[in-house]
Amino acid sequence: MTEVFAPSNAKQVAEVIVDAAAAGTTLDVRGGASKVDYGRPVDADAILDVSALSGVGLYEPEELVITVGAGTPMMEIQATLADANQHLAFEPPDYDYVLGRAGGGATIGGVVACNLSGPRRIGAGAARDHILGIAAISGRGDAFKSGGRVVKNVTGYDLSKLMAGSMGTLGVMTEITLKTLPSPEETRTVLAFGLDVTGGLGVLQRAAGSQAEVTGMAYLSSGSATGSSVGASQSVTALRLEGSGPSVAARGKALSESLSESKVEILDREGSLTLWAEIRDCKMLRQTGYLWRISVPPASGAEVATRIGASCDAEFLFDWAGGLIWVVVDGDDSHPEDIRNALVGASGHATLVRASKDTRREISVFQPQPEPLADLSGRINEAFDPHGILNPGRMVAGQ
Amino acid sequence: MKMPEPNEDVIRRSGELAGALAAVLPQGAVLDREDQRRAYESDGLTAYRQMPLMVVLPETTEQVSKVLRICASFGAKVVPRGAGTSLSGGALPLADGVLLGMARFNRILEVDYANRCVVAQPGVTNLGISDAVGTEGFYYAPDPSSQIACTIGGNVAENAGGVHCLKYGLTTNNIQGLEMVLMDGQVMRLGGHHLDQSGYDLLGVMAGSEGLLAVITEVTVRILPKPQTAKALLMGFNSVQSAGDCVAAIIARGIIPGGMELMDGPAIRAAEAFAGAGYPTDAEALLIVEVDGTKQEVNVLAERVSSIAADHSATTIRASTSDQERAKFWAGRKAAFPAVGRISPDYYCMDGTIPRARLAQVLGQIAVMSERYGLGVANVFHAGDGNLHPLILYDANNPGELERAEKFGADILRLCVAVGGVLTGEHGVGVEKRDLMNEVFTEQDLAQQQRLKCAFDPDGALNPGKVFPTLHRCAELGRVHVHGGKTRFPELPRL
Repeated sequence: MTEVFAPSNAKQVAEVIVDAAAAGTTLDVRGGASKVDYGRPVDADAILDVSALSGVGLYEPEELVITVGAGTPMMEIQATLADANQHLAFEPPDYDYVLGRAGGGATIGGVVACNLSGPRRIGAGAARDHILGIAAISGRGDAFKSGGRVVKNVTGYDLSKLMAGSMGTLGVMTEITLKTLPSPEETRTVLAFGLDVTGGLGVLQRAAGSQAEVTGMAYLSSGSATGSSVGASQSVTALRLEGSGPSVAARGKALSESLSESKVEILDREGSLTLWAEIRDCKMLRQTGYLWRISVPPASGAEVATRIGASCDAEFLFDWAGGLIWVVVDGDDSHPEDIRNALVGASGHATLVRASKDTRREISVFQPQPEPLADLSGRINEAFDPHGILNPGRMVAGQ
Repeated sequence: MKMPEPNEDVIRRSGELAGALAAVLPQGAVLDREDQRRAYESDGLTAYRQMPLMVVLPETTEQVSKVLRICASFGAKVVPRGAGTSLSGGALPLADGVLLGMARFNRILEVDYANRCVVAQPGVTNLGISDAVGTEGFYYAPDPSSQIACTIGGNVAENAGGVHCLKYGLTTNNIQGLEMVLMDGQVMRLGGHHLDQSGYDLLGVMAGSEGLLAVITEVTVRILPKPQTAKALLMGFNSVQSAGDCVAAIIARGIIPGGMELMDGPAIRAAEAFAGAGYPTDAEALLIVEVDGTKQEVNVLAERVSSIAADHSATTIRASTSDQERAKFWAGRKAAFPAVGRISPDYYCMDGTIPRARLAQVLGQIAVMSERYGLGVANVFHAGDGNLHPLILYDANNPGELERAEKFGADILRLCVAVGGVLTGEHGVGVEKRDLMNEVFTEQDLAQQQRLKCAFDPDGALNPGKVFPTLHRCAELGRVHVHGGKTRFPELPRL
């Protein structure tokens, strides 16, 4: 059985790493272990479980700042913030549904390490944009920090951003300081029914470029709309409005009128919260089959999806006004070439979120990088983890 | 200010180096006469001056790549420079270094309204981007006060801010892609017209890297639709404490204004005398809050902010009724620096960030220091994001005053760190705050940052002498110590 180290403070994390370096062994770093099946499989000698580094250290709502242990459950953080009417504006998604897990396991360390962001990402920014500071232990066993607890800070390199999305391959975060923001006072969603992909994404595109301040822009094909709480048999184009009550009402009315060529409905607060949580966590998509997450320029979304649809049997969910495409692919083949070839001409990248361990070992889960960039990433990895102890192979084979 | 020891060999071979560079650059792009180099001897931090070995002005990425490769082969250092508006000496030349001027990269390459982004060469000014998309109703959000002159490449290098950071973020939150050249001449691209990169967040690392990692040759920025409308509120208070409490209350009520600026008594009076913006000169603190968005949103928020200010004993509350009046409210704040320049022969602009709640305490302590150093000070504060700009008044013609102002400034920054803040919010470390880095970071923190630099620039040739108080060789930093024979930590919980 794999040995599990469960340090209860940063010093002990450092000890485990120093020890692994001496023994020449590797570590599989995890918090709630909810995303062990995301990314390339890690075959490490032991598990470094940081879930005991948990708890809210500092929370000052009027300063818009919270400091938490990296192993703090997301549910705990969200409950703490909700008590003060605040939230993490990047709308962190929960991958439990798409990865077929029981739920409730995600920790802030995992969300940040994977840089996961939800529908509001298009306006409010990604997880990495809301991290003010981190404390971590490098693969050398050295404690280091970056950033602080203030929004505006250019003191030294922004290693916090580097840690976000590095999937535990550069260092083990022990503490994370995040920017919090007030929760929107009111939320409504304007739904337009029955538009085809081009028409629906066109509506979202126009909204994104307008002054209506739309904070969620998703398109559900008729197949995925059926599985949503809206329960429609037609496609659904969804536009979320947030802000003060009178403003949301006025914008909702104006937006509905501008969409008069299709059937339109306005979802109330409750309905909106449910629908956007479903979109965030892909709950209207099937839990079986390969699942790809594709980031493209929003205006290319329809075209890229059409190309993919021509080469494999797929179901789509569009978020970020077309800039984020979730694709469920049926059958035995995950179609990596077809998916990645569909991006040619548009900038972007495709990640294989759900597949068997063997598949994730065989093909590049993350978009392969051109050589000079891959080399630079390799050198950065070495600068932080020279022994290759932390999550070896999680992002790229052999690194 | 101690800079890296000049490499005499490079200085001796400067003619040869100039010849090699001229061979790959357009005619007139290598400036090595003294009168030509003189214009580049300092940036916005004019207290520090150094003539560069030579200046080169490439026009294409390929030329930048060749320049860097040639400099690397000569062992010559390179200092990149945009418009030279840095307030921290980020573009201060080196006696044995080639100054790489990016001014000729001045074209906007693509405006992509469909994906709401602009691809610009790094020498395009910050305002140039907003101007290019203004007719279509878009703008680029970060707006440093030097926006008319500073370049987007420099903005990325310094992670420039502005007055709208709390709501719209800094440069790092508003860029989507880069093209950059490493010191070995390799060209690479990050990001693009899509959101989020794959792999390590090198875009995030490049923002605020102060020209020490790579030379930026192209920037893709996100543009936003201009808000439908905006309203500014001008509010006077009898004390900084009440104004600070008012700021906290606005945020506690869930309002994130587009801009929220605070000035203390001396700054109010200097600005009013200069700009005639209608500020209450008897107030000890002035808060300007701007709310933007749709008309309904703006009206609701303006009303709420006014009522919060009234609850905090504001002595004046005025809301702008037209864009003209809104501009007038801002005129004083925007002219605060030149206004202070008029009441004092010289001033030294500081740039700390503090937790907002500590404002009254910090200003109180700054006032005590002001007495002790015998130098006046006026304070302007980006209250939304905690970024404090104390302006220390001095006269460089009085012997010893500049040194006293610098000591005063360093004390202010130490105070910012002591209350939980940082050395610099938006001006960068450069040479100015380099030797204060140990106040914030341990040797281990700084070593890890320098190891990151080694991954980009193993010979330490790009902009050395900035940011890090002590330079270590990459080989030394990369050395790996394995502590063999240690116990297997029996006290550690295992599952």
